Order: sequence, then C-alpha cells, then structure tokens
Amino acid sequence: MTQLISLIQAAVAFGTVILFGAVGEILAEKSGNLNLGVPGVMYLGGIAGLVAAFFYERSAANPNGLVALLVTFGACFLAAMIGGLIYAVLTITLRANQNVTGLTLTIFGGGVANLFGGTLNKMAGGVGQISVALTSSAFRTTMPYLSTETGAIGKIFFSYGFLAYLAVLVAVFVSWFINRTSVGLNLRAVGENPATADAAGINVTKYKYVATCVGAGISGFGGLYYTIDYIKGTWSTDGSIEGLGWLAVALVIFATWKPTRAIWGAYLFGALFWLYYYIPGLTRSSQELFKMLPYAVTIAVLIFVSLRHKKEDQPPTSLGLAYFREER
Amino acid sequence: MVDITKTFGEVVANDKVSLEIRHGEILALLGENGSGKTTLMNTLSGIYLPEGGQIYVCDKKVSITSPKDAFELGIGMIHQHFKLVNLLSAAENIILGLNEHKLIDLKRVRAAVREICDKYGFAIDPDKKVYDMSVSEKQTLEIVKVLYRGADILILDEPTAVLTPQETEKLFAVMRNMKEDGKAIVIITHKLHEVMEISDRVAVLRKGRYIGDIPTCDTCIQQLTEMMVGRAVSLNIDRPACKDGCERLVVKNLTVIDKDGVKKLDNVSFTACGGELLGIAGISGSGQKELLEAIAGLQPAQPGASILFTPVPGRPATELAGKSPRDIKRLGVSLAFVPEDRLGMGLVGSMDLPDNMMLRSYSEGPGFFTNRQEPQRLAKTVVEELEVVTPSLYTPVRKLSGGNVQKVLVGREISSAPSLLMTAYAVRGLDINTSYTIYHLLNKQKERGAAVIYVGEDLDVLLELCDRILVLCAGRISGIVDGRNTTKEEVGLMMTHLSGRCDNVG
Amino acid sequence: MSVDKVREPFVRISKRASIELWRSWLFRAAALFASLVVCGVIIFALTGLNPVRVYAAMFSGAFGTVKRSWVTIRDLMMLLCISVGLAPAFKMRFWNIGAEGQILAGGIVSAALMIYAGNSIPLVPLLMLMFLASAAAGAVWGLIPGVFKAVWNANETLFTLMMNYIAIQVTSYFVALWENPYGSNTVGVINQLSKGGWFPAIFGQMYLLNVIIVLALTILMYLYLRYSKQGYEIAVVGESENTARYAAINVRKVVIRTMLISGAICGVAGFIAVAGAGHTISTSTAGGKGFVAIIVAWLSKFNTLVMVLISGLLVFLDKGAVQIASQFDLNDFVSEMITGIILFFILGSEFFINFKVRFRGRIKEAGK
Repeated sequence: MTQLISLIQAAVAFGTVILFGAVGEILAEKSGNLNLGVPGVMYLGGIAGLVAAFFYERSAANPNGLVALLVTFGACFLAAMIGGLIYAVLTITLRANQNVTGLTLTIFGGGVANLFGGTLNKMAGGVGQISVALTSSAFRTTMPYLSTETGAIGKIFFSYGFLAYLAVLVAVFVSWFINRTSVGLNLRAVGENPATADAAGINVTKYKYVATCVGAGISGFGGLYYTIDYIKGTWSTDGSIEGLGWLAVALVIFATWKPTRAIWGAYLFGALFWLYYYIPGLTRSSQELFKMLPYAVTIAVLIFVSLRHKKEDQPPTSLGLAYFREER
Repeated sequence: MVDITKTFGEVVANDKVSLEIRHGEILALLGENGSGKTTLMNTLSGIYLPEGGQIYVCDKKVSITSPKDAFELGIGMIHQHFKLVNLLSAAENIILGLNEHKLIDLKRVRAAVREICDKYGFAIDPDKKVYDMSVSEKQTLEIVKVLYRGADILILDEPTAVLTPQETEKLFAVMRNMKEDGKAIVIITHKLHEVMEISDRVAVLRKGRYIGDIPTCDTCIQQLTEMMVGRAVSLNIDRPACKDGCERLVVKNLTVIDKDGVKKLDNVSFTACGGELLGIAGISGSGQKELLEAIAGLQPAQPGASILFTPVPGRPATELAGKSPRDIKRLGVSLAFVPEDRLGMGLVGSMDLPDNMMLRSYSEGPGFFTNRQEPQRLAKTVVEELEVVTPSLYTPVRKLSGGNVQKVLVGREISSAPSLLMTAYAVRGLDINTSYTIYHLLNKQKERGAAVIYVGEDLDVLLELCDRILVLCAGRISGIVDGRNTTKEEVGLMMTHLSGRCDNVG
Repeated sequence: MSVDKVREPFVRISKRASIELWRSWLFRAAALFASLVVCGVIIFALTGLNPVRVYAAMFSGAFGTVKRSWVTIRDLMMLLCISVGLAPAFKMRFWNIGAEGQILAGGIVSAALMIYAGNSIPLVPLLMLMFLASAAAGAVWGLIPGVFKAVWNANETLFTLMMNYIAIQVTSYFVALWENPYGSNTVGVINQLSKGGWFPAIFGQMYLLNVIIVLALTILMYLYLRYSKQGYEIAVVGESENTARYAAINVRKVVIRTMLISGAICGVAGFIAVAGAGHTISTSTAGGKGFVAIIVAWLSKFNTLVMVLISGLLVFLDKGAVQIASQFDLNDFVSEMITGIILFFILGSEFFINFKVRFRGRIKEAGK
C-alpha cells in the first residue's frame, strides 16, 4: 500500500512536468505549428526561473516567499515565450521549415540553459550548491492540514506543490478554451484549414503567433516545475530536461491532441516510467527496459490512430505546413 | 456593377462588364467555361479586386476589398469548392470567425439555424460533422452559413454541378423561397434547361464580355445557346483526313467511382481508331479527367469494365482494365498521356529538362545508373523542334512559362512514337501560337497512324480539329458526333442534356 | 488565392521565380556574418571579452594543434556521415528525425561484437563484420517507421522521434549489462589493451579510416542520388506522389527501400562512433548529432558535397566554442548556444532567397 502510494506520488510529480510541456504544445499544434522546440522551451523556462530565484534571494535584503514565487514565475513564462517567439518569427513570418526550426530551438535552449546553469553552479560553489531554498519551499508548499492529516488520501491528492494543481487547471482551461469559446473555435479552424479560416475573416498569422508563444510559455512551466520543485532548486547539465521535453511531445500524440486526455496520460507516463522502481527482483539493466514503456506506448497509440482513421484523433490537418495566402 | 474589368497578367477575364442584380429575382449568369462568370462574381464577393469599374449596392457606391466587406454589405457567395472545415460541425462552421459571443452558444446557433431552415425549407443537422456530410448537405450548409450572416444577395457558383436531379429540385425550391423573401439571387451555370426552369432573367457572358440580358420568359434554349457560344468562328485549323481506321482502343462499360464515393463515369463505352483524332467535349468535371486516368491505369475502374488496347494493328489486343501504370509499363505498350495537371503529375517541377525527359523511361536500359545521354539528346531535340524558350537545358521546368512547360510535356509524350496519345486540356492557358503548334503536333501523330484523344473545352477548336467528338455529360456519353458535320449548338446542347444523337462514324 | 487591397499593405511578399546563385550565397553569407556579430555581442555581454579575440581563440581551438585538427576532422566525419545517411530520406520528404536511434542501434551492435568477439576474430574480418552488422541494425531501426509510413501512413516525424528513445533505453540496458568497472554505470573503454575491434591507425593517423569510410559514403551517396535509377525515383516521390504514380513508380517500395538505406548509413555512423572514435558505448554516443545532422541535410538541400561545407562549419563552431569555454572559464554549452543562433539566422535567410519582399511605396529587394 505504501508502495502504491509512493508510486502514485512519483507518477504525479513526473507527470506534472510533461503535462505542462504537452498542454503548451497542444495549443501550438492546434494552430498548425509543430514545435519540436518543446525541450528547448522547457530548458529556457527552467533556467530563467532558477536564475531569477537565485538572484532574488541573493540580492533582496529580506526575501519574501510570495515575491520570490512571482518573480520566478514571471521570468520563466517570459523566457519560454521568447523561445516561442523566435520559433514563430522564423516559421510564420519567414516560413522556415518547422521541424528544422524546432530542433534548432531545442539545441539553442539547451545551450543557453546549461551555459547559465553551469555558471550558476560555479557561482554557488559547486553542483548542488545553488541556494534557492526559500523559493523552492514556496513552490513546494503543500496544502496545510489536508496533506498531513488525512492519511493515504492526503498523500495521494494533497502532497504536491501548487504547480502540480496548476498543471491540471491549465489543461482543463485549455481544453475548455479550445472547445467552448469562439476564439478557440477559430484557432481550431486555423490549424485545420487556414485558407478557409482566412476566408472567414480570421487573422491566421495573429492566431498562430499568439498560440505558439502562449503555448511555449505554458510548456516553460514544465521546466520550472522540474528545476524548482522536482529536483528542489538545483541544476544538472545531464540533459534530463531534453528527455522530458520529448516525452511531452510523445504525450501530445498519446493524448491525440486533447488536453484533458493528456492529464491522465501524463500520470500514466509517470507511473510507467517509475514502475521499475516498484517491481521487485529487477536487475539494473532490465530496469532500463522498463523506462522505455512510455515511448513504446506512444508508438502503439500512433500506430493505432493511423490504423483506425478516426477523424477526431488525427493531428490538425495543416500541422507542419506554412500558410501563404498567395499560393494557389 | 458598372464597367468591371479584371485582368490576370495579360489575360482579360472581364472586359467592361456591367450587370444589374435585382431584389426578389433570380438572375442566371450564363456562359461557357472561361467566359468570366466566376471572376465577375468573385469581384463582387471581395475575393478579387477589379482593375476598373464601380460597384453600387442600393445606389450607394461601395468598395469591396475583402470577403468581410462583402458580408457587411449583405453579399454572400457559395463557391464551387466549399470553404468548410471538415472536422467541425455544421453549427461550428456557421459561426466560424464571427466572434459574436465569447463563448460558443450552440443552443442559440441551433435555434437560429432551425429558424432559417424552416423559413426556406432546408433540412440540416447542426451537430453533424462536415466530413460526414454528402456534397449536397455541404452545399446546404454553405447557403445557411451565408444566410446566417445576413446576406441579401446570394451568389451560387454552379451549384447543381455536384447534385443529383432530386437534390437539384430541392435546391431550386429553396431558391424560390428565398426569392419570395425578397433576396437577390445570382446562379452561375451553363445548364440551359436549369436556366429556363429557375431564373427570371438571364445575363450572358462570352469570352469576358457582356453579351446581354433577357427575361427568361422571352427566350428559348436555341437563342440562349447562340448567345452563349456565339457564331462559329473559323480558326483555320488543319484537319487531315483519317487514315488507317483500325480499332486501337475499345472501351466498354467503364464506370469509375472516386475516393469520396461519387460516380464520376457511368458505364461509358466507345472506340478510338488509329489515324483519327477523337475529341472529348463536356462541361468541366463531367468525367473527362477520370476517363483518361482510368485508361492510363491511374484510376481504378469498377469491375465489369473492359479497355482493350491494340498497340500494333493485327496483333491481339491487350486488356488494360484493372492494371496499374506499372503493369501497363511492363506490358511495353506505347501509351502516351498528357495530363491536365502538368507540374503536379506530368512533370517534376524542380528537375531540369533532361531529367524530365526520362520520367517515363528512366528505368529502361541495363544497369544501376540512368542513361543520361538519351534524355539529353531528346531534350535538345524537343527544345529545337518545338521552339521551347528556356534559358538552358538545365533550367528547372517550374521556371518556364506555361506554354513552354506544355511543349516539354507534349514533346516527351510524342517522342515515344505512341500508338495512343491522350491529352487533357492540352492548350489551356496557352497563347494562340503555341496552341497552333500543339494542334499541329497532334495532327502529325494522327497522320502517323496513332489514335489521338483530345479533351478540350473550346468548342470552336473541337469542331475544327477533331474527326469525331464524344460528348460527356455528368459522367455519361450523351452522344458521339462527326466533327465535320455537326454544329456548335448541337454539341452545346449535348453537353447539357443526355439526349443527343449518337452517330456511328469513323 | 490572391486578395488585393485598395490600401496597399506595408510589405508585399511574393515567390521568387528564380535567383542567381551568387545572390543566394550572398544572402547566406550575410546571415552568417550577422549571426557572428550577434554572438559576439552576447559573448561580450557575458564575459566582457573582446569578441575578435574570442573568435581567434575559436580558431585555435579547432585547428590550433595537429591533434586538435584531427579531433575536429573526426567529429566532422561523424556529423557528415549522419547527414549523408539522412540525405536520401529527406530528399524523399520523409522526416527521419530518428538518426539518434539508428546511430545507437548500430553502436550497440558494434560494441557487442567488440566485447564478445573482439579478441577472437582477426581485426579486418571483425571490422567488416561490425560494419555490416551495424548497418543492418540501423536499417532495421529505420525500416520500422518506414514500413508504417508506407503502408498505413503513420506520421514519420513523431514515429522516428519515439524510436530514438526506445534506442536510448535499449542502450541503457546494455550499458548496465556490460558495466565495467562494476558500479561505474559506464561501459568504459572496450578492449583497452588488445584494441580488438578498434580502427587501426593508417599512416600513423588514428582517424584516417574514419575519413576514408565517410568520404567514400559521401561520394557514393552523391552518385546514387544524382545518377542512379533509384535516386531518380527518390527525387520524383519527394516532389509529388501523383507524378510518381504517373511515372509508374512503386511508391511504397521506394519509401521502404530508402529508409533501409538511410537507417543503414546512420547505423554505420554508430559503428564509426564506437569503433573509430569513442571505443565505448553510452546513451550519449549519438549525443544530439542526429538532430544537428537534420539541419545540415536540410540546409545543404540534400547535396552531400555541400554537406561537407556545412558540417565543417558547425563542427568548427563547436570545437572553437569549447576552446573559448575552457580559455575564458565558461562552460562547454556555449557552443550549443552559438550553433543555435547561427542556425536561426541561416534558416531565416532562406526566406529572402525564396521570396521577394517589396515595401510600400518603393520597390525594393529584401536585404539590399
């Protein structure tokens, strides 16, 4: 029982990282932009948050948890949006290839983040010495009473920092936005058939820009949650965010472009990823094979979706294509 | 609309056209393919901006620069190619881009849609996804969409082209209801019997010019045909006499159903002979493309069809039905095909001339590598003989002008000395001189003894060039006539009716 | 569909019919220059160092000593090999972003042969066996998404991406299995003493065999794509499937065959990485080069000879940046950042090569 609870906790924490990444990417892909820069954007968000927290705690005379939280939060969103903006300018205005631009963004984001992260480590006096305890604890504050006094239920539902709940809220909100609002409807039309959307008087370029940048901002929170909460305000240059970023892209496919489906998908991925830890008798090598499960499941979904041809489960029709009105 | 002029490059699509549209009236805009009907209406609905002329709505001079401007003036157009998002439901498509409310209030939309439907006699399910809809449902949806946006002037671009007779009846009923309601309706068509049935007034365009308008009750089909096609113009195209005369291609019971399940060809049977130029006439989309593609193996024919091809007179015929292009290639029969989509099918736009020359023959010859001398020589010959204007042999064909692209394509196809040559809209978009070059090339193939099939849209050309003319109407053969003793009116009538005469000549 | 407006928009964009070769390269050179300026500004802001000195340091990092030059060449060959492998797939417009996985698949097989047969089979047959086996492994890794694309039209971009991570986990599995010394979580240098399965030094140069293999592949691929019947088919399929059907090409067969070739060459890259460079296997054996190679392949328009230039540029930047990092006390990742910035600029410059930009009021060519 305690094993199961701890698996669920691990799954939720892990899932939160990729849920942010995936929901942001869904928003961008709904506008027809396949942004393979998600890992880069998550890197940017993570490092910006960490740097902001570090310097705030260092410079402020009396650092305050709430202020630290807001500063970190804002820096993360901004940095990730800038990443999205670079991608948007190149692919939408300059019509560069989306895949290549996205991959470049991933290289760039990883480079910037690890450059600053490494420097930060050095400034702090070594790996693991970055002190953002205040900010980190602000992010990891759990619900009082509920998390401690309600036994198993408290551990399963209330033992996480606020970002974990925010992730679910954002996913639900994005889902509601896409499906229930007029603007969301227009966005879907842009991703499905930009020419028709254009004819209906929708500003295709504006929609693509906003969706890509805001989507990147949301994805950036995944990086923030990872650095500040998941690894408790440290930085390691081992490329783990990149792996998580690709898993977020995988989750988008797994969820067939539906944010609400991404919620349980994220936790499922988390559980699959950590499953090896809870299965007794595995050698260390076979543990590694278990970690492949989320990717294998995604491939299975990808195959299943293309075999079944259900229209609602397909990628947005214009995904990956630049829109140029003068053509045809 | 006064003095509307619209040009595309050097082509004048509308030349000082003036037109009056009245409320409570159905106006039929009549004209052949390429006469400028759709262009004219596109300027009215904000898709094109005319180079000259003014538009007045309710006596007020207006400028329409975008579809949105048109909406605001109450002008709505239902295009031939529907502008709908497949994945969305009917209701969602209707409110797309309107942003009337922050939230999607489908209940309200449904009610409004129901009201419109009840008023004019439509039937539409607001929750149905567009991809589940039939063509006629999609069209209904487009009309509802335009009405929902408050249009008073409705333009329908060949609405019946895709409908069954029953569906057409329903559409006409709706149109009459809308007329009663005081809306102004323009229907673009070239089906004369429909003009007679539905319209109050007819305006005729020919080759971009306004010919005149006349109340429908004062006219008859013969007069309209004459207005539409004009007097036969003499083009002085050579027509050498037929030779050979043996049966090259015998098509029997050919039926083609496309991916969307629409029957494009219905039980078509005909014969093409060596040394003969067989023209195929018909309103665009009557099955011409499918017919040629089915023979070339690019469209699957329904079971029961037979396409017998005799490459060499006297030898046994080969069955082409049910074979893929690869199967046909493997048989080694020389069948040349100039498809309608030149750069999307017939040629590779990014490749230079020699590379395009070997598109059909690259795999011939032994060895792992392609033979490069032969295509190079051929490219040079084609450039010289057909006077292709190109900076060099090694220019990607995409960068050549339309006429030169076509010369390259035709040049390659006739270089294989085919016993059957099929061409689809071989002179579309070409200038006069290039067109005559193409006619000349086709005639030479005919004199060589090849069976030539020419799908065309200009009746004057078909009448002067072809020995026999097969007329398609809605995927069926409405008649086969002798090109030498038929009239433009007769062919024009057969294009819109299924009751033509069927000569057995040639 | 064209929409003219009465108020002429501020900028008008139209497709260029053609562009002179010198002008297109001028745009690219301008982009490269602009990116170097931006990088210089960023480096100055970070370190306060004179950028010109920094660039001089970069040059010394890449070519400062004979040994450094050879390491630069070795890395260049690695990147070039992967790019060459991707060329046929990309020419076919098949988004093979699974090079990372295909490299690892080849690398695992090579490492396995080194470990289990390294000391029992003579070097030359062993290397040949490793070459073939790693090519086969990479081919299988490329074949799987290829088949699903050809037969069921499964999205290849996402499929190949996932295959990378399957390969990484498989690699982790073998790393744990072959761990040496115990507890280090690495495989360590394989056959350190016997050098079984290592590329032999030729004329005293350790990496000359890498150069020979990769340059041979580059030239063969160039000839294959340009002059062979199969290369012709790839070009037609990449341009338009309709044309391919018209030309009686079996599209499925071409897709599958091309992915076999593409995967096989990436597998060979894994073989070179293991037997000719690292003499070990780890999850970072591919190290993101599979992604960089995609950009190389794309920018060189699938011309493998141009790939030599572009991968040379990127490897030079990488080596130079590592040098700056150690000389000026930054960390290695500065190279990824610089690479990213330069690529952004080059990608952006393609726009001005393909499109004409006209500003309102005056007719003007972009960038001039």
